[in-house]
Amino acid sequence: MSTAIEPEATSASPAVNPRGIGRRGDAHPGATRGRGPRESLFSRTGAMIVMAVFTFYFLVPIWWLLVASTKDRGQLFSTNPLWFADFQLFENIGALFDYRNGVYLRWILNSLLYAGLGAVVATVLAAMCGYALAKYRFPGRETIFNVVLGGVLVPATALALPLFLLFSRVQLTDTFWAVFLPSVVSPFGVYLSRVFAEASVPDELLEASRLDGAGELRTFFTVSIRLMFPALVTVFLFQFVTIWNNFFLPLIMLRSEELFPVTYGLYAWNSTINQFPELRTYVLVGSLLSIIPLIITFLLLQRYWRTGLGSGSLK
Amino acid sequence: MTAPMTTPTGVRTAARGGAGTTRTARRRRVQHPWAIVAFVAPFAAMFALFYLVPIGVAIWQSMLVVEREGTYGAATEVFGGFQQYALVFQNEAFWSSVGRVLLFGVVQVPVMLGLALLFALLLDSPLVRGKKFFRLAFFAPYAVPGVIAAIMWGFLYSPNLSPFEALTSRVDLLSADFVLWAIANVVTWVFVGYNMLIIYSTLLAIPQEVYEAARIDGAGQARIAWSIKIPLVRPALVLTAVLSIIGTLQLLAEPQTFRSFSSAVTSTYTPNMTIYATSAVPNVSLAAAFSVVLALATFILSFAFLRFARRKGVDA
Repeated sequence: MSTAIEPEATSASPAVNPRGIGRRGDAHPGATRGRGPRESLFSRTGAMIVMAVFTFYFLVPIWWLLVASTKDRGQLFSTNPLWFADFQLFENIGALFDYRNGVYLRWILNSLLYAGLGAVVATVLAAMCGYALAKYRFPGRETIFNVVLGGVLVPATALALPLFLLFSRVQLTDTFWAVFLPSVVSPFGVYLSRVFAEASVPDELLEASRLDGAGELRTFFTVSIRLMFPALVTVFLFQFVTIWNNFFLPLIMLRSEELFPVTYGLYAWNSTINQFPELRTYVLVGSLLSIIPLIITFLLLQRYWRTGLGSGSLK
Repeated sequence: MTAPMTTPTGVRTAARGGAGTTRTARRRRVQHPWAIVAFVAPFAAMFALFYLVPIGVAIWQSMLVVEREGTYGAATEVFGGFQQYALVFQNEAFWSSVGRVLLFGVVQVPVMLGLALLFALLLDSPLVRGKKFFRLAFFAPYAVPGVIAAIMWGFLYSPNLSPFEALTSRVDLLSADFVLWAIANVVTWVFVGYNMLIIYSTLLAIPQEVYEAARIDGAGQARIAWSIKIPLVRPALVLTAVLSIIGTLQLLAEPQTFRSFSSAVTSTYTPNMTIYATSAVPNVSLAAAFSVVLALATFILSFAFLRFARRKGVDA
């Protein structure tokens, strides 16, 4: 990670941070270096050993998956599981993409559509609502906010069966909409947008914009949304991960293979692995490829991700 | 922010009597009502449609029973009051699945949060170098969806594929005795880094000056962590604990995926699996009643925990 995307690491001071959103740099130059020598070699070694052991715990399964994806079916059982044999990764990927007319690519595309588009729509809806709750006074404002807060505590899995009952009444189960539409609601996004809009969008700026003759909606989409941007990236990320990981909803809603998101598709293959052993390689390679989009998103948007976690827990 | 009665102008106009009342009347009128509707309505509509209405539908469905005219007659749904709930309370499979996830949570949640707290404190201490690397390495599993994590570990546990053959050939981690803890390990692996990051972000928000006095008094890192840092991150710990309790009761993806690795994981292994299996029968009314009971249990348990945490906080 470069210093360019972490400008506040050197300049952060709690006083200028609205509500403690943002953070102190890890490498707080004075503090860390000044205290360093006072810690005994014994406790420093102990701490590093603990961290090193758990680094293995967290990374070895992913390493194993990477290595296993490069092997053909025979080598999977006969060679060292943690080291490469004949490097067959690209042959395996090619075979995976060809399998059953490229259904795997279709699943990846579905997942990107459910999670990517769903999270964008969810973020816009949540930003507008949270902004209104923060910047306007109207009767019922607190009631709406409290109902939404209650919604934060309702996990996605708890709603899957009720949603299935609802969609089956209007005969929309086993459609794209059955998985997509429920994903565009993010109560946590409203909460975070409200907190952040209160802290980062000054009333004076809105007044100035009104005096200039800009309408309320226009002010929001041109001025306020920029000020709220870090929070909105966080909302997007949370929702993206929530949708990407949601399992119960597709499990209960979908029957047609061409609508599956990639996690559910891999689950379906994995369930039949005992009848069709050739699927094993596809499941492994497919799993590896399916976690890459998420890892890339995390790395690119790390800074925002952590900002959001901090402001969420400080409340 | 406009807080009418606390601003000097507000006080002055109120004192002037007549002029004050017209002013307050004007203040009470909502400004920009159409803008507010435009901002709130889209979310409110979606929230109502996909949060509130489904809950209502589930409660209504749980009150229905199927009646047939004769053995082969057409089935009709009629109102049956709380009949389904009577069946819920007699259903042994459901209650043993609830007991199983409670046992799971009592062990797994403290282990996971203990590790997350330990790593957050270590990352925040001057004892560890290479913080950015460790932070990323520990958080990486969170990028792995539950299903994929379960598939990976399922293979790692299997005796013939595992790199840990010395262990897996001696102990069958997928047997009835161990599989619950094998799943607990998967969940821990995914979520330790996430919880670590929540706690670590809270630690980063604490200004350095807070530790000044303790450091001058010669307190070591362990002492500072125990007496200053842990009490200050208590709210974050309570938050992560509540989220973990809710998550545990809702366990589904990992055990459902493990069914292809271990015959010990039955179709009613966790409450949500019971709900899914019941709805697939199909017995949607009973499944709806299970859902309502599980949601209530989740709420009660998280509120009970919050109250417990608050009371302990007052005593301390």
